[in-house]
Amino acid sequence: MKARPYAAVLAGLLMAGAAHADQASQIRAERAWIRVMPAGLPAGGYVTLHNGGDEVAALTGASSPDYAHVMLHESTTEGGMGRMKMIDKLEIPAHGKVALAPGGYHLMLMHGASEVHTGAKVPVTLQFADGSKTTVDFLARPANAVDAGPDSATGHDH
Amino acid sequence: MKTSSLLRWLALSLVVAASALLTGCQHGEPLPFRLTQVTGHMPDLDFHLTNDEGKPVTGADYRGKVALLYFGYTHCPDVCPLTLAHLHVVMQRLGPLADGARILFVSVDPARDTPAVMHAYVNAFDKRAVGLTGSAADVEALVKRYRASFSREPDKGDGNYEVSHSSAIYIFDAQGHARLLATPADSQDSLVHDLHLLLAPGVNP
Repeated sequence: MKARPYAAVLAGLLMAGAAHADQASQIRAERAWIRVMPAGLPAGGYVTLHNGGDEVAALTGASSPDYAHVMLHESTTEGGMGRMKMIDKLEIPAHGKVALAPGGYHLMLMHGASEVHTGAKVPVTLQFADGSKTTVDFLARPANAVDAGPDSATGHDH
Repeated sequence: MKTSSLLRWLALSLVVAASALLTGCQHGEPLPFRLTQVTGHMPDLDFHLTNDEGKPVTGADYRGKVALLYFGYTHCPDVCPLTLAHLHVVMQRLGPLADGARILFVSVDPARDTPAVMHAYVNAFDKRAVGLTGSAADVEALVKRYRASFSREPDKGDGNYEVSHSSAIYIFDAQGHARLLATPADSQDSLVHDLHLLLAPGVNP
C-alpha cells in the first residue's frame, strides 16, 4: 500500500465498508475526548473504535498538531498497584470494537503546543498497522470529567 | 475464594462489632459500612508534609475533617485523574456534607511535584482537594505507615518516567482514625454511602 494519507482519509469517507479497503477506512470513531490537565501536564485521550471491516485492524500510533508527543498506553490497577505501560499496537477485531477508556487503554498526550481550552476540538491522527491514517476530532473536557459527556454519549447535539 | 473472603468479612465484622461494644457505641450497633473496614488495623493519620500553598502541615491539621488519602503524581495521565474525578463526583453527591471532608492527594513524585504544580492539579478536580508533597523521606514515611508502596519506573530517555503506586483510598474519620479502605473497583455509591455515615452518622443515607 502506498503512503497516501490524504487519499486514505478521503477513501475512508467515501468507501466505508468496501472490501479490501485499508484499515483506517474501516474504522468508525466515537466518544473521542481528551482530559485536559493544567500546568502543561500530560493528558489522557479516549475513543471507542469500531471496525466495520472483515479483517482485524491494529492501531499502532497517534499524533496531533496540538501535542508534541502522543503515545499508546495501558493502565492497570491489578494487585492494588496503579501501573502504566506503553503498547506497540492495539487490535480491533473484525466487526468488533475496542474502547480506549479511563483506567485502561488510552492515548497519553504530552507537551501541549499551547493551552488547550475545554470545549475545543483537538484533531488526533490515528495510525494503523498497514500505514493508513484517519483524523478524529477529540473533544477537550475538564480534568474532572469522568467520560465523553452527554452529547457524545447520545450521539447527537442538544 | 468467595467463602474465605466471606469468612474474613464476617471475622472483621465481629471484631468491629466487639470493639463498638467495648467502646460503647452510641448507636448500639456498628455502622453498616460497605467498604472494607480497617478500624483498629491501621494507625491514625499522621505526616509532616507541605501543602499546595507551600505551608508545612501535619495530620493534626486535618482533625475535624473526614480525610480521603490517596497517593499519586501529577504526570499520571490516566489512573490518578480518573480516581480524583470519581472522588469529585462523590463529593458533589454528598452536597453540603462534603465540606466536612478533604481529599488529601499525596505525591509519590516529589522531585517533579512542587506545591505550585500540586495546587494547579488538585484544584482542577475539586475545591476540597489538598495537594501534599515533601521530602522523599517524609513521603516514604507516610507511604510505609499505611503499608502502601510506589516505585519509579525507568526513564524513557527523554527525562520522562512513570511511577507505579498503590491505588487504594484510605478514609479517616474526623478524629484521624483510619476507618475504611476503598479501591478503584469500589462504586461511587459505596463511597457516598459510607462517607455519609462518617459525616452524618445519625442520618440514614
